[in-house]
Amino acid sequence: MPRSFPHNPQLNANGELQHLLSIEGLPREILIQILDTAESFAGVTEREVKKVPLLRGKSVFNLFFEASTRTRTTFEIAAKRLSADVINLNVAVSSQSKGESLLDTVANLSAMQADVFVVRHGSSGAPYLIARHVKPHEHVINAGDGRHAHPTQGLLDLFTIRHYKKDFARLTVAIVGDVLHSRVARSLIHGLTTLGAPEVRVIGPQTLLPARVETLGVRVFHDVRAGLKDCDVVVMLRLQNERMNGALLPSAQEFFKHYGLTADKLALAKPDAIVMHPGPMNRGVEIDSSVADGPHSVILPQVTFGIAVRMAVMSIVAGN
Amino acid sequence: MKILIKGGRIVDPASGRDEIGDVFVSDGKISGTKEKTDRTIDAKGLVVAPGLIDLSARLREPGYEYKATLESEMDAAVAGGVTSLACPPDTDPPLDEPGLVDMLRRRAKALARARVYPIGALTVKLAGERLTEMAELAEAGCVAFSQANAPLADTQVLWRAMQYAATFGFPVWMRAEDPCLARGGVAHDGEVATRLGLPGIPAFAETIALGSLLQLVRATGSRVHVCRLSTALAVEMIRAAKKEGLPVSCDVGIHHVHLSEMDLGYYDSHCRLEPPLRSQRDREALAAGLADGTIDCAVSDHTPVDEDQKQLPFAEAEPGASGLELLLPLVLKWGAARKLPLATSLARVTSDPARILGVQSGRIEPGAPADLVLFDPGQHWRVVLEALKSQGKNTPFLGYELAGRVRATLVAGSVVYEA
Repeated sequence: MPRSFPHNPQLNANGELQHLLSIEGLPREILIQILDTAESFAGVTEREVKKVPLLRGKSVFNLFFEASTRTRTTFEIAAKRLSADVINLNVAVSSQSKGESLLDTVANLSAMQADVFVVRHGSSGAPYLIARHVKPHEHVINAGDGRHAHPTQGLLDLFTIRHYKKDFARLTVAIVGDVLHSRVARSLIHGLTTLGAPEVRVIGPQTLLPARVETLGVRVFHDVRAGLKDCDVVVMLRLQNERMNGALLPSAQEFFKHYGLTADKLALAKPDAIVMHPGPMNRGVEIDSSVADGPHSVILPQVTFGIAVRMAVMSIVAGN
Repeated sequence: MKILIKGGRIVDPASGRDEIGDVFVSDGKISGTKEKTDRTIDAKGLVVAPGLIDLSARLREPGYEYKATLESEMDAAVAGGVTSLACPPDTDPPLDEPGLVDMLRRRAKALARARVYPIGALTVKLAGERLTEMAELAEAGCVAFSQANAPLADTQVLWRAMQYAATFGFPVWMRAEDPCLARGGVAHDGEVATRLGLPGIPAFAETIALGSLLQLVRATGSRVHVCRLSTALAVEMIRAAKKEGLPVSCDVGIHHVHLSEMDLGYYDSHCRLEPPLRSQRDREALAAGLADGTIDCAVSDHTPVDEDQKQLPFAEAEPGASGLELLLPLVLKWGAARKLPLATSLARVTSDPARILGVQSGRIEPGAPADLVLFDPGQHWRVVLEALKSQGKNTPFLGYELAGRVRATLVAGSVVYEA
């Protein structure tokens, strides 16, 4: 039965960014706006006084239903540099264990006058549920939901690529490893296809690629050497410990041998290729230390850019 | 009580009859002769058809009364024109002993609305290990035996259960789903699940299990009704099995005839169903298979779920949709879209399920039970919370306008619903 596709819940009536839930469905103009805004904030983070007053008087609630140190910290730093008040809630060990429902938790926090919710949840789609129930002046930023999306990570990856490669129009980007469970991969793929990268490849064994992944607009490679050939950007994905031995993979060693990024495999990419990783890295599993710390690696700059990108996202949604 | 239903369009799928006329009801049965009647119902402009027979409707008793009660769901049934329903054994406790079945039947009978046909549990506690006392359960009123949506991982137990059921001639109703392949999955393993990052259930979880079931039918001679087909290939397999002459029948949930994975939209938990909504190609094959009779009937698979259990992230939401009151309009919508004669579309919810249940209802002929529905096929109504009598308001069709409104329902010659 033909159903009218529901209104994109991320945009307000004027087509502006109300929530950031996923890169999928965002128009190119909004992505560019975020990247350009982040560019302007990159300077702030290098100043002696690293603060701007854009979110003064606003409250940002970091609502993490799933443990995370790095992402939570970068959101906290970004909010503080915008002069917002930041409240960190480690919900994974408080209300949820007392049986409070997700929406009750959000309603309670909303009663404490929140302006921005930064949400991480283990279940795909949870930020959509929250966004449907918050008040019109409240904004939801997805900081990672299940396997679905991690849009600020995707945006900082795009920012990094643009920083080093300037233009998306001629790029070949390879995303290597556990795409099946990766919200980072999904967000980056949507970002790259929206910004016009002509070739996005995913590389991995069949067990780590989701069904019909080609419908996301990517080329599929199982042979890492063929897939890395002439790439401009190589994005390595984290392989979770619990997935290293079982029905998906026999061992971390075998994975490293076939898919781990080593200097000799990287040599197949373009000479000026950059290597990215969303962190935290498993050295010797998906990436060799000599590559992670080598001249092609932009893994640490990614972290720095992440703060500017999150400042951009928060200032844009809170300003709309 | 003798009733004259006057001037309606009589549609009897069993005989193919479709004409304007009068129906006489006497002593709970359709009467062949004109008698002096106590009451006349003017059916001008209405379709007079056999009451619907729904082979899967959860009443949530015993055990889940907070989701729905027998009373609320029986009200919903007759408001939807459903005069007979089979209820799956996945209650709490499951329908695995005669006392429970007996109590359910008595309570249903006391309410005097739709007829209730309990389906007994195939294994104790639906745990998939030990057989239930099927003969005892049949004596208490079970019409078939099933695992409902509970997994039966041990194929040896399935084999023995089918042998045992075949010994007594009891039908076995099974959903075809390999529990290992379906483990952890919440959506069709395809394009949409990949995009939304939801763990998938591959289509072959159904066809592999169906292959096993069909082999076991060949081996045991057990009469099997396959519940809730969801894939195109399964329709093909059933078509071939019927051609081969195997004693199999099957049904499809009415939601799967209309909806596909695309309808998940932005994680609409009302579209979290078991089996999952599959691809548009699958949906088309189901709709076509239902039209050509490969799929014997359409069911509501009515599953009331309270809103708290749906207001959760998609994977955590409880599966199921409310459907008793939508079965008729959704069957009419499917029939109209495929340009089927009304008698053919109605057959899938009247005479065809009657054949599978082995009951006399589902037809309009002298001597048959006077289980009837009178509906206005042209009346449009909007699916809103207040319009539903079921305690389960969980439907993906909320907000939709559908055609076909029930005006009166009769069970055993008594008017049990009028609007």
